[in-house]
Amino acid sequence: MNLVPQPTFLPVDWWALGAVLVLTAGILLLLLLEFVPAGQRSSRGAVISLAALGASAFAVYRVADDRRSLFEGMFVHDGMTVFFTLLFCAIGALSILMSWDYVKRTRINQAEYYALLLASILGMVIMAASNDLITIFLGLELMSLSLYVLVGFRRTRLESNEAALKYFLLGAFASGFLLYGIALLYGATGTTDLVRMGAFLADSPVLSNPLLQIGGLLVLSGFAFKVAAVPFHMWTPDAYEGAPTSVTGFMSAGAKVAGFAALLRFGLKAMGPLEDQWMPMLSVIAALTMTVGNVTALLQQNLKRMLAYSSIAHAGYILVAVVAGGPEGAGAAVFYLAVYSFMNIGAFAILTMMGKGRDERVLVSDLAGLGFRKPFLGIAMTVFMISLGGIPPTAGFMGKIHVFGAAIDAGHIPLVIIGVLNSVIAVFYYLRVTVAMYMREPEGEPVAVSQGVPVLVCVAISLAATLWFGIQAQPLWVEAQRSVLSLL
Amino acid sequence: MNMPWLSFLVFFPLAAALLLLLMPRGSERAVRLWATGAALAEFVFSIPLWWRVQPGEPGYQFVEQISWIPAIGAQYHLGVDGISALLALLTTLTTVIALLASWTSVDKRSKEFFALLLALEAGMLGTFFALDLLLFYVFWEAMLIPMYLLIGVWGGQRRIYAAVKFFLFTMAGSVLMLVALLALFFLHREATGIASFDLNTLLMLPLEPAKQWWMFLAFAFAFAIKVPMFPFHTWLPDAHVEAPTAGSVILAAVLLKMGTYGFLRFAMPLFPNALVVATPWIAGLAIVGIIYGALVALVQPDMKKLVAYSSVSHMGVCMLGLMAMNSQGLAGSMMTMLSHGVSTGALFLLVGMIYERRHTRRIADFGGLWKVIPVFSVTLLIVTLSSIGLPGTNGFVGEFLVLLGAFRHNVWWAVFAATGVVLSACYMLWMYQRVVFGETTHEENRTLRDLSLRERIVMAPLLFLIFWMGVAPQPFLDRMQPALERTIGIARERAVRSASLEGTSAPLADRVSSPVPITKEVGR
Repeated sequence: MNLVPQPTFLPVDWWALGAVLVLTAGILLLLLLEFVPAGQRSSRGAVISLAALGASAFAVYRVADDRRSLFEGMFVHDGMTVFFTLLFCAIGALSILMSWDYVKRTRINQAEYYALLLASILGMVIMAASNDLITIFLGLELMSLSLYVLVGFRRTRLESNEAALKYFLLGAFASGFLLYGIALLYGATGTTDLVRMGAFLADSPVLSNPLLQIGGLLVLSGFAFKVAAVPFHMWTPDAYEGAPTSVTGFMSAGAKVAGFAALLRFGLKAMGPLEDQWMPMLSVIAALTMTVGNVTALLQQNLKRMLAYSSIAHAGYILVAVVAGGPEGAGAAVFYLAVYSFMNIGAFAILTMMGKGRDERVLVSDLAGLGFRKPFLGIAMTVFMISLGGIPPTAGFMGKIHVFGAAIDAGHIPLVIIGVLNSVIAVFYYLRVTVAMYMREPEGEPVAVSQGVPVLVCVAISLAATLWFGIQAQPLWVEAQRSVLSLL
Repeated sequence: MNMPWLSFLVFFPLAAALLLLLMPRGSERAVRLWATGAALAEFVFSIPLWWRVQPGEPGYQFVEQISWIPAIGAQYHLGVDGISALLALLTTLTTVIALLASWTSVDKRSKEFFALLLALEAGMLGTFFALDLLLFYVFWEAMLIPMYLLIGVWGGQRRIYAAVKFFLFTMAGSVLMLVALLALFFLHREATGIASFDLNTLLMLPLEPAKQWWMFLAFAFAFAIKVPMFPFHTWLPDAHVEAPTAGSVILAAVLLKMGTYGFLRFAMPLFPNALVVATPWIAGLAIVGIIYGALVALVQPDMKKLVAYSSVSHMGVCMLGLMAMNSQGLAGSMMTMLSHGVSTGALFLLVGMIYERRHTRRIADFGGLWKVIPVFSVTLLIVTLSSIGLPGTNGFVGEFLVLLGAFRHNVWWAVFAATGVVLSACYMLWMYQRVVFGETTHEENRTLRDLSLRERIVMAPLLFLIFWMGVAPQPFLDRMQPALERTIGIARERAVRSASLEGTSAPLADRVSSPVPITKEVGR
């Protein structure tokens, strides 16, 4: 083996790297174009970002069936990479559509906004495609740093600053944990490559090595922070509430999916032999995450905070699938992540419309009467809420039966019962949204709704996906299964 | 002919509802005509269920079976037999009546109201036709949403509380059923290697009684909440009282039947050994429900609440008939389901009509209506008597058969259940006496309008059914009987096969009596 890798790229490799390359080019282009400043009402950034995401998706899709290992196995192009890259492109595109008018009316329409958005998507793609703890860490940092700035993007607002600072401080700790854990794992196994680590652990006497166990624990905490699992969830409500709503929508889906993508790969490839040790711990975390998230969400009046706790609860459901393990569980987790992204972004897209100008109205009571004033938004929000609650005929229900089905199959019945009872609690607060929209009259002036075409397109796409995957889950399910079966 | 008739029946109202939503605002009359037309058309389309479903033929008819989610073996599998055909007919008829009854009482947002009613109809029919457990579950839960909105938006004072309670109670039961359903799926896949949610396929697999127990409990819990059985009934009075008239009618006539239907179609044949163990408990709760519902109904000052508690009592009768697990009991239970749908639906309609006139439902606010509104009073009398179960009306046939079945199984069941029947006479007649007889004590009551032509048209089919089912129940019994016998047969056979897995004898096989033709006991 050469000490200095000299990769000779085949055309396929270039296509496989396409997403990374195009996104990087997009970021640079956005920043360079700032030499010709655009006005407040310009849509230049959004259009360029959409084009970059479209091109990335196309590049990856073109070589969807190829399998490659690049950069000495640090970057892999397999089914999971393809699935997640496409999912990140979709999340990114939907987020841009929902930001389109929102950033204009809240006066944060700057090229940096879109550049940071693309940068964090790039980080997510790298996380999902990494087969090495070092690259996972690089991707995670790229994503996180961009998100810290995005959360604080409304510089003139105190909440936004506070949220960014909290998120940054706690996130920095989590990154520290993660890095320390990586170092310990390297010390115990002599490698950071996930496959080699798994092979090393497969038949080795070091399983009870405290170095390894503490390392694994620290890495797990780092990921748990990113996906907002209890007890590493404290930052979530504050960061979600303070961030611009479009950013909240983006990170609620994107950061969680990326965290789980890395966690799944780490768990399946490297930590398989240690399953007996971390599974019980993870099931406790899953049960706690579901329960704390749902019970706390019951008390929220602010929709952004409510959805923040609901996103914590959903992390718990996905952890149930991770605990179930095996291709079934991993497939269910991947499926759930995809449908969760669509329904959650859809809900946030509707929130970005509430209010006029710089005004943001995101209390549950602000939705009063919306259902009859804006029938389309009312129906869409209802569908997102019942989907988040896991009620048929929506994608959330299909996600729920896959997740709980995998866990039942693996014999985790108590966890499943905790899960389904939690979903009943969850229905209570999701119903509160429909209660406000349909059963209450607004007190005083009804809240203004700033509709724009792009955000309506975003809502329509999310709605179509949420309904379609609820009625016909087969294609997505097959893709999710294939993606985890083809791990390189 | 291979027309997907059942799918058409399910999706026609849904399509009508979607078109209705697209109608421009303010065209109230057009909205009503369209909705009523659609519901009527749906009823007409469903009428062939009466004669084209051959009761003698084994198995399900008009079966549609296509792959839905092949990855987990879920199928889009619809079919009818005598049981579901009758309940589907009840559904389509009730929807027409509920729509007509809301013609004037719903004055705000009528477009959405009628669209939701039609969507609800689609969900109910899907639930009765589904033969795939996952598909059944999808319809079962999806149906909650329109009903929740109907109660929550167009209901009374405490509508939000009632709507949320309705949703959460039903949901709490059904998520556990989902767990059991998935567990059953995996047990079947483990044993046979075939992934399937299909009812017929799952029925082929014998299950060890120990495994049946938890799954049966989960299913029974879900259905018991829906029925609702004592002590899970608390959502019902709230939902009934707060719901708009159409909502109450559909809730009483169809939604409650889903619980008993679920027992009959799924819980009993799938888990017969567990059923035998649970029978005394469920029957005990049913009897408590019969008596408790009747006693509570006796003291209600509000007519709607009285009818709601009488539902608890009547549904207890249904459950008792099911638990007897003999042909009389099951047939009686089915007849009670149908006749309770008709009579209680009619009662809610009448309460709604009088409420529209007086804006009160308190019994004390009425009295002496006989002279003022004779047609209303006579109609109420007939419906009251049918609800009591007077011979010659529909209520009698079902109650009598249930008592007969219960008697054959356990004398004490019949003894206690019969007290419930006596009590039903007390609360219904006492209510009737206070509302209709006596002096007209309230001035407002002197100027009440009698039933309008539309209201008479609404009530006519129900009165017709009350007498038809009471005087000549044979056509109904003929249709349901083979399907019921088949259910008992499957349950018995499964009980034997399942018990042999553990090497014990099957108690159900001894218990389930040989079928005795029902005709002899009732026909004369």
